[in-house]
Amino acid sequence: MALERLFRRKRPSGENRDVPELWTKCEGCGASLYKKELRENLLVCPKCGHHHRLPASERVAMLADPGTFQETTRLAPLDPLGFVDTKPYAERLRAYQGETGRKDAILGGTCAIGGVPAVLLVMDYAFAGGSMGSVVGEEIARGAEKAAAEGRALVIVAASGGARMQEAALSLMQMAKTVMSLDRLWERRLPYVSILTDPTTGGVTASFAALADVIFAEPGALIGFAGPRVIRQTIRQELPEGFQRAEFLLKHGMVDRVTDRRKLKAEVVRVLRHLHPGVPYAPGV
Amino acid sequence: MPLEFEKPILELEKRIQELKETAKATGVDLEAEVRLLEERLARLKGEIYGNLTPWQRVQLARAQGRPTTLDVLEKAFQDFLELHGDRAFADDPAIVGGLAYLEGQKVVVVGHQKGRDTKENLQRNFGMPHPEGYRKAMRLMDLADRFGYPFLAFIDTPGAYPGVSAEERGQAWVIAQSIQRMSRLRVPTIALILGEGGSGGALAIGVANRVLILENAWYSVISPESCAAILWRDAKEAPKAAEALKLTAQDLLAQGVVDAIVPEPEGGAHKDPEGAIRNIKEALLKTLEELKGLSPEALYQDRYRRFRALGAYAES
Repeated sequence: MALERLFRRKRPSGENRDVPELWTKCEGCGASLYKKELRENLLVCPKCGHHHRLPASERVAMLADPGTFQETTRLAPLDPLGFVDTKPYAERLRAYQGETGRKDAILGGTCAIGGVPAVLLVMDYAFAGGSMGSVVGEEIARGAEKAAAEGRALVIVAASGGARMQEAALSLMQMAKTVMSLDRLWERRLPYVSILTDPTTGGVTASFAALADVIFAEPGALIGFAGPRVIRQTIRQELPEGFQRAEFLLKHGMVDRVTDRRKLKAEVVRVLRHLHPGVPYAPGV
Repeated sequence: MPLEFEKPILELEKRIQELKETAKATGVDLEAEVRLLEERLARLKGEIYGNLTPWQRVQLARAQGRPTTLDVLEKAFQDFLELHGDRAFADDPAIVGGLAYLEGQKVVVVGHQKGRDTKENLQRNFGMPHPEGYRKAMRLMDLADRFGYPFLAFIDTPGAYPGVSAEERGQAWVIAQSIQRMSRLRVPTIALILGEGGSGGALAIGVANRVLILENAWYSVISPESCAAILWRDAKEAPKAAEALKLTAQDLLAQGVVDAIVPEPEGGAHKDPEGAIRNIKEALLKTLEELKGLSPEALYQDRYRRFRALGAYAES
């Protein structure tokens, strides 16, 4: 989403507005980049390696084997509490739906990943900051149950500010629901891989995202429980350099690997092929 | 300390007191006047306490003198033996737990512990646990599970501690693990929200077969102040956020987030802690009785179904 906004902002408002802007700037190093090249590089800056946020559909394309993805996510959000802050929640939902073309903050389905049958769920940060309300929680629980029922691995790509405030306690309950649904995979000895991307915080980190068999994080991704702003307010000090970044989490033992996006699929495939009981020994795949 | 909305009650109580003292000092018979004012006081209390706003309840949930976990353990249970430490890093004073008997039944208990004064609050970090607190809770869950005793959890936290040390030691990870551990127990489990049920830090010990809540306690995904700071960009809008979050016991019962409400004495549990604790004990005993007939596997499935069913969405 951030990148899309960047593109939009750079578009001149004058007469040549329908000529697409060919160049963009890296959010990490500021280098001018050819957009097509950046796309082909999975939005990783070829100069500095900065990982820009990848839209959910591109994440699916990057991980699922070509032509295998069948979307299963289909639930639509309600407004169970009639929540109104400075705007009604129902209105916010319509705006997010209009912007993203998605019903809620998750895109998922069945696919093969390196030939391993899988359920792949990708959180969409562009939709309400990827926040988890009833729909995201239910889709994750259904995804885990479907994977268990069909002998598939589960792969979840997290990108979320946490639980969704506008569904309040019901959002909180999704943390318990998603965690419990993972038991179905445990019972069937099916692997669950969690990929933490920028940013993953709050109730998403503190539930299903932290409980995978193997946890990957993308370089530089912000990952934690409380957001940096809240922590700064609490301790009234500046935060240490690199605090809550993927590399910090690796150092403190919270994630298995920090992997460059361009190598991520290959590593995920190695894990899935190793752990999935239905895949025979195949070194060096 | 009186709360703002209770001031009319306090003023009237003061006037009644003054009148009684005058009567005593002067020998003048003021009984009729006193009775009149006392009737007015009862009506006023009924009006104020019978129509509490969500924000007023949040204030009651935080009131000094409200029963804490240790108060409940001392008065409703017998022979509480506190057990310390997470076997990995430290003992977290923001979560207490150990062995106790409830009317002769062996149980294992944990709970958030706030301080009963400023000094104790500093020591207990205002009931905001670090990862070691949740690891201690998990140890005690395992203990209950291994010996087959009911596991009871008391929730009273503004939230898990949001600080550098907590993040370094994996706050999110231990909360997730604690949710998982508690959900997997094969013993009867009850959680009771005593005061504040602040987000994941509360839920970490709240994944029980039955979730009870005191009448004026709150439970939500975020505190009203933080919610207001984010959505209204002003923490002073907390009363509006408290309203919008539907965080009161009645609201939560309607949402299915809690299973029963434990009544508080008039004016809140801090006005009569002993009375509140009697109600808590009664509710716990009744709930344990309900869960008695379930097999270990049935207890697990009952909990799975309970949380699996929560949420509101449309099929399409």
